[in-house]
Amino acid sequence: MAKMNMLQAINNALDLAMAKDDGVVCFGEDVGHFGGVFRATSKLQEKYGKARCFNTPLTEQGIAGFANGMAAQGMKPVAEIQFADYIFPAFDQIVNETAKFRYRSGNEFNVGGLVFRTPYGGGIAGGHYHSQSPEAYFAHTPGLKIVVPRDPSQAKGLLLAAINCPDPVIFFEPKKLYRASVGEVSEDYYEIPLGKAEVLQQGKDVTVLAWGAQMEIIQKAVDMAQAEGISCEVIDLRSIQPWDVDTVAQSVMKTGRLVINHEAPLTGGFAAEIASTIQKKCFLHLESPIERVCGLDIPYPLALEKEYVPDHLKTYEAIKRSVNF
Amino acid sequence: MTNPNNATISTVHTAEFTSGHALQIPTLRILQDDGSLYPGAEAPELDKATALKMYDSMQFIRILDERMLAAQRQGRISFYMQCLGEEAATVGSAAALDDKDMIMAQYREQGALRYRGFSLEQFMNQLFSNEKDLGKGRQMPVHYGSKDIYYMTISSPLGTQIPQASGYAYAQKLRGLKNTTICYFGEGAASEGDFHAGLNMAAVHKAPVIFFCRNNGYAISTPANEQFKGDGIACRGVGYGIKAIRVDGADILAVYKATQMARDYALEHEEPILIESIAYRLGAHSSSDDPSGYRSKEEEELWRKNDPISRFRLWLVKQGWLDEEADKAKSDALRQEILDALKVAEKVAKPGIEHLMSDVYETPIPLLNEQLEELKAHIRKYPEAYPVTAGRFE
Repeated sequence: MAKMNMLQAINNALDLAMAKDDGVVCFGEDVGHFGGVFRATSKLQEKYGKARCFNTPLTEQGIAGFANGMAAQGMKPVAEIQFADYIFPAFDQIVNETAKFRYRSGNEFNVGGLVFRTPYGGGIAGGHYHSQSPEAYFAHTPGLKIVVPRDPSQAKGLLLAAINCPDPVIFFEPKKLYRASVGEVSEDYYEIPLGKAEVLQQGKDVTVLAWGAQMEIIQKAVDMAQAEGISCEVIDLRSIQPWDVDTVAQSVMKTGRLVINHEAPLTGGFAAEIASTIQKKCFLHLESPIERVCGLDIPYPLALEKEYVPDHLKTYEAIKRSVNF
Repeated sequence: MTNPNNATISTVHTAEFTSGHALQIPTLRILQDDGSLYPGAEAPELDKATALKMYDSMQFIRILDERMLAAQRQGRISFYMQCLGEEAATVGSAAALDDKDMIMAQYREQGALRYRGFSLEQFMNQLFSNEKDLGKGRQMPVHYGSKDIYYMTISSPLGTQIPQASGYAYAQKLRGLKNTTICYFGEGAASEGDFHAGLNMAAVHKAPVIFFCRNNGYAISTPANEQFKGDGIACRGVGYGIKAIRVDGADILAVYKATQMARDYALEHEEPILIESIAYRLGAHSSSDDPSGYRSKEEEELWRKNDPISRFRLWLVKQGWLDEEADKAKSDALRQEILDALKVAEKVAKPGIEHLMSDVYETPIPLLNEQLEELKAHIRKYPEAYPVTAGRFE
């Protein structure tokens, strides 16, 4: 075990993946010698050469298209989109190509092994264009897998699983935690299964659910609620697509209440999908309406970022509303 | 002096623009309409068997297109796209490749597909989206694809295959394969962002890909002069630092020669090449289009005289490689074969209901299994509303 921040854990995962399989190739804007603007690919070019870790021109649709082609040939491209806010020029390549490659060809071709890594989320004074959480757009597209890790050790295991996955994966990295989140990480190769949520804390009154950077936010709210005698069950969803319906439903059948938190705007956010599924699966067990604590339905602001974010206080209030309904 | 701008600096002291038409690329023509070569032109190295296979592929596609458009008009298939007038461009280029070079097509390249060996039955199964279709009946007619013959499955969005071809070719290079990727697209698709992205990526990363632009004059109804202002598409290659050549797309010897050269160069130098083929889309864009609304019969007639097949036929006859009477008998027989294959394929069942859910992911996620079970229960309840699948599952 070693102490790593999330970037070091991601870098370590990429290093292990590239050592294990020479089909693994990392590329994106500034990814080569410089090691990426956040340094996630630091030293990889030095170690594996320019052919396997390189800068691309500034073209997200080009990066995504190139990655699709490489993966179709059988390699495992790990393409970095520098900020999730800039993934939209690649939207067509991801939604119409990556996601449908296997299906549309009747399994003649596929792009399994392809991973898009992209930093998402706010909390870094990034305004509209360095803060967004676009996971719901992609969750609406069958064929993609979507993963969001909460800490260094999770980031490493989930990223290695994503690279080894026979389906294409979008790996959203909470950039707020890149250096802020530090923890013990095994230096060995290990994978954490995709599509499985994790119950981090058992409780009986209310289930509180989030993913990625919001995990530490909900934990703070849960700690406040616990101090008042509210017993909270805490779940990290980890995979947005496919998402672990069973784990969430089992928890809600036990607690009767659910609070979902995500940083993306409320309307059409993934919490809506979870709420809808859970009310159907757990209708007779529900003691109160499912609460969604999300971003406001506005572009991500700058000066008033604190007001926008679904913080621990808003979550705490939602927990109380849910329990006192 | 370092050159951080990656641009040659030669200095002038009077302000002057470089013309937007400074670069005009000539068109390679080898074969004349009467089947003889242009004076000074040299035929590419081409053996009899290859030449006849090329000719057969062109004829096959011409007749298939004619029959299948008729079948669409009769309501037997939902949609069709001909490659009338562009048979030489697609067959001639495919013939210059190795069988394991990847083909990434747009949608009008059935000539290349046929040359690779896609069988009449395979064409029919795809066109009828039946259970024998390699694509499992999931895409509209003409969206062919086959792993066995290195022909990437077509997708409708235009130009998306361009950066993919760059990536595929880059992977071939990393794997040490002595193979290239050819990427077909139209002059309309060259307006898509993916064109810029794909050519630039290929140039920067030295991917051995052949970009083959079929400039056929029209993107559905939009003529090329409303699509771009420069001198065709070939000159754009130069802007990306990519070698380019323009060929007469109705001249199969010119297309073959250019593609042969492009392949050799791409593999030897690990670089992309851009070929622009100048031809005319003689047919409609698709069975849903009617060109009479945007171009004249006179214009069409002018180009009809430029027929790529008759030109090649005359050359083959001059070589003493083709007997015209035997050729005619063969074409008549092919018409019958196509009709017979059509009758067989249209009776083959549609894919089973399990193929709604298969291949979305390598293994269906739990939600898909759940949705499939719900759907089956629903169909059992209303079988008459779902005649294709009702009664075909447990």
